[in-house]
Amino acid sequence: MNNVTLAKNIFSTLKNTFRAILGVLVTVEKKSRVFGRLRRAPENFVSEQFASDVYEHGMDETRRGFLRKSFVTALGAATAGGAVSSALAADGEKVILEKQQWQTTLGQPVAARPYGAPSQWEAALQRRESPGLTRVSAASVAFAPLQGFFGIITPNGLHFERHHQGWYDIDPAQHRLMVNGLVKQEKVFTMDDLMRLPSVSRIHFIECGANTGLEWGNVAVPSVQYTHGMLSCCEFTGVPLSTLLDMCGADLKKGKYILAEGGDGSGMTRTIPLDAALKDTLVCWAMNGEMLRPENGYPLRLVVPGVQGVSWVKWLRRIEVGDMPYASKDEAVHYIDLLPSGLHRQYTTIQECKSVITTPSGGQQLLDKGFYNISGMAWSGRGKIKHVDISVDGGNNWRRARLETPVLSKAITRFNMDWTWDGSPAILMSRATDETGYVQPMVKQLREVRGTRSIYHNNSIQAWKLDANGELSNVQVG
Amino acid sequence: MFKLANQLTKALVVAGLSATFVTTAFAQSKYSGIGREATKAEVAAWDIDVRPDFKGLPKGSGNTLRGQEVWESRCASCHGTFGESNEVFTPIVGGTTKEDVKTGRVASLTSEKQPQRTTLMKVATVSTLWDYIYRAMPWNAPRTLSVDDTYAVLGYILSMAEIVPEEFTLSDKNIADVQKLMPNRNGMTQSHGLWNEGGKPDVKATACMTDCSKHVTIGSFLPDYARNAHDNLALQNRPYGPYRGVDTTKPPLARLPGKMTTVAMGADSITPAGLFKKHNCSTCHAPASRAIGPAISEVAAKYKGQADAMKKLHQKVKVGGAGVWGSIPMPPHAHVPEGDIDVLVKWMLTGQ
Repeated sequence: MNNVTLAKNIFSTLKNTFRAILGVLVTVEKKSRVFGRLRRAPENFVSEQFASDVYEHGMDETRRGFLRKSFVTALGAATAGGAVSSALAADGEKVILEKQQWQTTLGQPVAARPYGAPSQWEAALQRRESPGLTRVSAASVAFAPLQGFFGIITPNGLHFERHHQGWYDIDPAQHRLMVNGLVKQEKVFTMDDLMRLPSVSRIHFIECGANTGLEWGNVAVPSVQYTHGMLSCCEFTGVPLSTLLDMCGADLKKGKYILAEGGDGSGMTRTIPLDAALKDTLVCWAMNGEMLRPENGYPLRLVVPGVQGVSWVKWLRRIEVGDMPYASKDEAVHYIDLLPSGLHRQYTTIQECKSVITTPSGGQQLLDKGFYNISGMAWSGRGKIKHVDISVDGGNNWRRARLETPVLSKAITRFNMDWTWDGSPAILMSRATDETGYVQPMVKQLREVRGTRSIYHNNSIQAWKLDANGELSNVQVG
Repeated sequence: MFKLANQLTKALVVAGLSATFVTTAFAQSKYSGIGREATKAEVAAWDIDVRPDFKGLPKGSGNTLRGQEVWESRCASCHGTFGESNEVFTPIVGGTTKEDVKTGRVASLTSEKQPQRTTLMKVATVSTLWDYIYRAMPWNAPRTLSVDDTYAVLGYILSMAEIVPEEFTLSDKNIADVQKLMPNRNGMTQSHGLWNEGGKPDVKATACMTDCSKHVTIGSFLPDYARNAHDNLALQNRPYGPYRGVDTTKPPLARLPGKMTTVAMGADSITPAGLFKKHNCSTCHAPASRAIGPAISEVAAKYKGQADAMKKLHQKVKVGGAGVWGSIPMPPHAHVPEGDIDVLVKWMLTGQ
């Protein structure tokens, strides 16, 4: 298939999709019962010149993006126009009655895309910044689109990002890990060395300590991507830190803490209590079956289960065993929690039990009444999720949700609940309980202890208001 | 910082105290051939952390006069002349008083009126500042300050906050005395349950199941003006499946829409605006307003009609420049690919 044919095929595919919508548009326009009749060619959404340009040069990303934008604008007009009738013609749907492009032409060969990519139809789900949150994108956050996730695993390309001084794609042949301090022998490991060691693979969540931090005082952002999107969960593969400490002969009597240090310009440094370091901390090179992504610390990062993301030091270059906390910049200027007394809590690191309904959630639109699956994520830095309760009436009454397997310690657990919406306003909330018996609190309870300027560790219950028009929005109850 | 650890270890082993180490000879030989001993020079090169007890602090000193020079040439472009700037990062200086220096608690932290918490309002340990400046500053050229310049510039920052006198020489000899002047030195607590996995939570909620809250009130919601502040949510959700994204460019729908279809949006392609962000140009330049550097519109106006504008500006981006738009120099950007510079310069000049 040459390029021109391919371009024509793609355009034709789009055209078929356009037709379905166009049918709707025309129906609305004419208020007629003649469903699905084509009155305008899809080319009418765009200029003739653009259409011929596509025929001639094919559909690159710029052209595709432009086309979709024109299209969504047309759709917006239809939605705003009021009730939209079904595009079902008298004898059935065109997508069934007519042969489609993908049924009548040859598809693409194997390895057309040697490293696979998501479908072109999935482009709406991307990591995004929250406008105005930071001034410099190299010291910022890109939030994961939780509203589009399924199950418990975060796809590598959508794992949230948080960098303090930009990211680098470091040559693994030039990367080193040093272990020093209170050890018998200070050592240097190459990636060759580390990857020879016996590895383990474990599924854990990673959550930034500031996740939901924008919402301490009041509602500030519209959707779950921005309220909770500094959260991801992957299968991480690496060597237990205890193995490396053992190999170096760490002094477990005098040693009380470790310092983990990153190899980037920020030289991120975080103190981790030795107990946690020995218990389940991993020195990892892989996520979800492939090497770490550069944005996530390629080729080596620390994984500290249950602990806030900043301690999962990326581009890990050094572990030092010491006998006191280090009060590094991100434990003495940032990542400290202000109390109403004016004191700051230092070394707050555990991510307590938390949950959120991801679908339906703020910024989403229900099209109709009827059956829905309420679905969300629950996690705890202190172990497994025991149960999740869901309220659709603003927290007055609660029902227990189904927990989907696997239910793992310090990992996201997916929950679901059947729900039939009768079309009346509702407020949807989820409340998780972990295996220690700790129950996720209301924001009011947290504020009573920590005030409203704490920034970090907001694990309160999230509420989504559903209006009669089917729109969901972010609210705080009580 | 444990540069003496090896000698110490050897001494202990000789003294027959090796049993105090959990590791056995077996554990070390189990993974034979993996890893090697770090050399002293390697440890010295990488072990740059400075602890609150000043372990790891290199010997040296610098006065505030030199500190001011360093500040104005390397730091002020982001942090402002007086360390007060909120343009790029949160402010460093401000919000502390002479009284705070006496008490070691920053009084303004209890006030809701204080608009922003500055670094010096928060930080309790002067070691943190020394470590961080030496480790990670300046932001776009970390680890390029000498030990003495780090002392000098830290002293200058502290003098701007009136923690030390205007003319002052900070050194490894007197830094422990300066610690006793840090305005928030008594402002930290580690007494909470969030440090260790077994820590005690500070709230205890109950899992009530029925009739828990008969009068549900909404305490906070997103104001109308913020509806589209995160761009159109319709384009941030799948265009099929159980839910659509709300079209936030428009007011809420009057009623339930019923079934409808839509199509996916394309990914943002690499546009000049994307490159502008990728190469961190937006740190200093805004489209139409003066930031640290001139606005794009100002540059376009200045070079309008000049035949060699492309070439001139390409060179300025690449090797840097000074004096055209005020005292703050444009740093060199040798790492930005030539092709990207061309795209960016053309975009600045023509908008395309």
